[in-house]
Amino acid sequence: MTPSTSADSFYRFRPLNVGRFAVWLLFAIALIVAPLLFTSSLAMTMLSQIGYLIIICLSYNILLGQGGMLSFGHAIYTGLGSFTAVHLMNLAGEGRVPMPLVLIPVAAGLGGAFFAALFGYVTTKKSGTTFAMITLGLGELVAAMGLMFPSFFGGEGGVTTNRVYGKFLWWDFGPQIQVYYLIAAYCFVCTALMFAFTGTPLGRILNAVRDNPERVEFIGYNTQRVRYLAFIISGFFAGIGGGLAAINFEIVNASDSLSTIRSGGYLLFTFLGGATFFFGPIIGAVLLVFASILLSELSKAWLLYLGLVFLLMVMFAPGGIASLIMMNLRVASFGKFRRLRGLYAGLAAAAVLLIAGLAAIVEMIYHIQLDAALGPKVRFIATELDTSSSATWALAVALAVAGGALLEWLRRRFVQVWGKAQEEIEAEIKRKEMGA
Amino acid sequence: MSYAIELKDLHKSFGRTEIIRGANLAVREGERVAVIGPNGAGKSTLFNLISGRLHPTSGDVLLHGERINGLPPYEINRRGLSRSFQITNIFPKLSVFENLRCGVLWSLGYRYTFLRFLANLHDANARAETLLQQVGLARKRDVLAANLTYAEQRALEIGITIAGGASVILLDEPTAGMSKTETTHFIHLIREVTAGKTLLTVEHDMGVVFGLADKIAVVVYGEVIAFDTPDAVRANPRVQEAYLGSPVAEAQGGMH
Repeated sequence: MTPSTSADSFYRFRPLNVGRFAVWLLFAIALIVAPLLFTSSLAMTMLSQIGYLIIICLSYNILLGQGGMLSFGHAIYTGLGSFTAVHLMNLAGEGRVPMPLVLIPVAAGLGGAFFAALFGYVTTKKSGTTFAMITLGLGELVAAMGLMFPSFFGGEGGVTTNRVYGKFLWWDFGPQIQVYYLIAAYCFVCTALMFAFTGTPLGRILNAVRDNPERVEFIGYNTQRVRYLAFIISGFFAGIGGGLAAINFEIVNASDSLSTIRSGGYLLFTFLGGATFFFGPIIGAVLLVFASILLSELSKAWLLYLGLVFLLMVMFAPGGIASLIMMNLRVASFGKFRRLRGLYAGLAAAAVLLIAGLAAIVEMIYHIQLDAALGPKVRFIATELDTSSSATWALAVALAVAGGALLEWLRRRFVQVWGKAQEEIEAEIKRKEMGA
Repeated sequence: MSYAIELKDLHKSFGRTEIIRGANLAVREGERVAVIGPNGAGKSTLFNLISGRLHPTSGDVLLHGERINGLPPYEINRRGLSRSFQITNIFPKLSVFENLRCGVLWSLGYRYTFLRFLANLHDANARAETLLQQVGLARKRDVLAANLTYAEQRALEIGITIAGGASVILLDEPTAGMSKTETTHFIHLIREVTAGKTLLTVEHDMGVVFGLADKIAVVVYGEVIAFDTPDAVRANPRVQEAYLGSPVAEAQGGMH
């Protein structure tokens, strides 16, 4: 075989390393600076949740994006991590377990990994649809067990705890800001670790198992073992996320934190953020918090809007927001973004019209169905809609139709321009390849 | 002396249909064997039985004298047998380089580790780069495997197959679907990368058979009816009767 000295000379390192360092630095700065810029208590709540949800969505993507495992039961591992954390915090508070709060998430992670090792042994025997079905079944099973063992899961009321039981340096983690920084530190470290995982032999073979499990069997790897190990690693980080959630809320409720709905949320937002890129789930986690805290505040129909967005994403951009960003960056890096700018502005304007019209209709229908007793008026963004006035309905419908028509017209032009740009890029790449 | 591959009275049935009916074959180390026979004779099934994709109903498969039937494919691969597939079987969403490196990892002992970085595994990277040159895909190093041409994907398939350094290589119709010139080029490539290894290849193209093999195994109706040098096989009356001589079989059987 080639000696390793000559190997080094032709093994090409890509000039990505500087850029990569800058990205991680920016990520760290963003985590540190965010609570200084957004100081309201709502912002603090949201930032804290974003922090641990980033860990959870990234851990979910080890399964979905990197391993091709569509799990419907990820909340089991975050939830059991939360319970591990809560019980340990209570024991530590009573002085029976000497564990500082800063280590609780690690213990919760080990809890998550333990249960992933337990349940994953069954689920990862299979792949594809069978895997998905088993995770769904197990998810329901564990969620049901949550109510069967009230001594551990606390029954309907859940288990409460108190995170202020000791000091780390000069912090007692009473104030939310201190909890945020604990979460942020874990968020950064876990994100770095999970990114590092993608560059290891197991991480790469996991991608190979996603792409073509049969072939992997013929290059020496047991695909079940690969899936199993990845599942445990995913469970570990899910547990850490769950542990941080428990520290954040000081209460864990089985019917909520182990539920299939929760699992579905992780799946939905990891997908929305983009499962094909490492950073996609980070976007997903941010969206999850904005949707569940802000959108739900704004409208009773928020789940309907969410469903629509998810539907459109699956149909038109199955790579999620991350893939949209990366595709446009590619176009921009070849200097062809300028021609798209006008079209994007037009599309955005048309989308605003369409959404305003549709949302007005949806809000008025919801109002009639649920709050008719409160009178015909319904608040809508900066204005007020009158459900009794046919002019309002007509206007809403007109807006939606006009917006929709404009959007469709612009979309067709966009597809053409986009396709042409892509062709030019392909040609340019071909030319470079030939020249190389 | 032990053989590289030995089949002893191998049987395989799917339900009530018997596909392999008592196949016997003994391939010496370093021999290059073309497995020929009419469509449906059981050539691919034979390969699937040897590589662990299927398990025999009865009989034995021996690799370097060790019984391997019943073992999963990865166990057989770890014992030094690697195969390619008739339908291209690569990792479409990984780059060409990553495809080859995946094939290399186990044999260099990296296994399931997640405590080391791929970028630092100099021996694995060097081996993958060498393979890249060998199969003529150096220019396509960072291209996704899905975006390769068909002939390039076939070359990558061979690259993945030999990546782990297995001493016994099974190629299932490596030149299927290729043009004449591509085939000529490809035979040259296969000879180069499998030099010194035991080679079994299923093949329809007689040009490929004579270009690659120093022995021919004729499979007809689930049995190995002849196993000898090309000249001896051509002269064998049983082969002529069952396969070569019969114009009907020739028309049906894809002897091109």
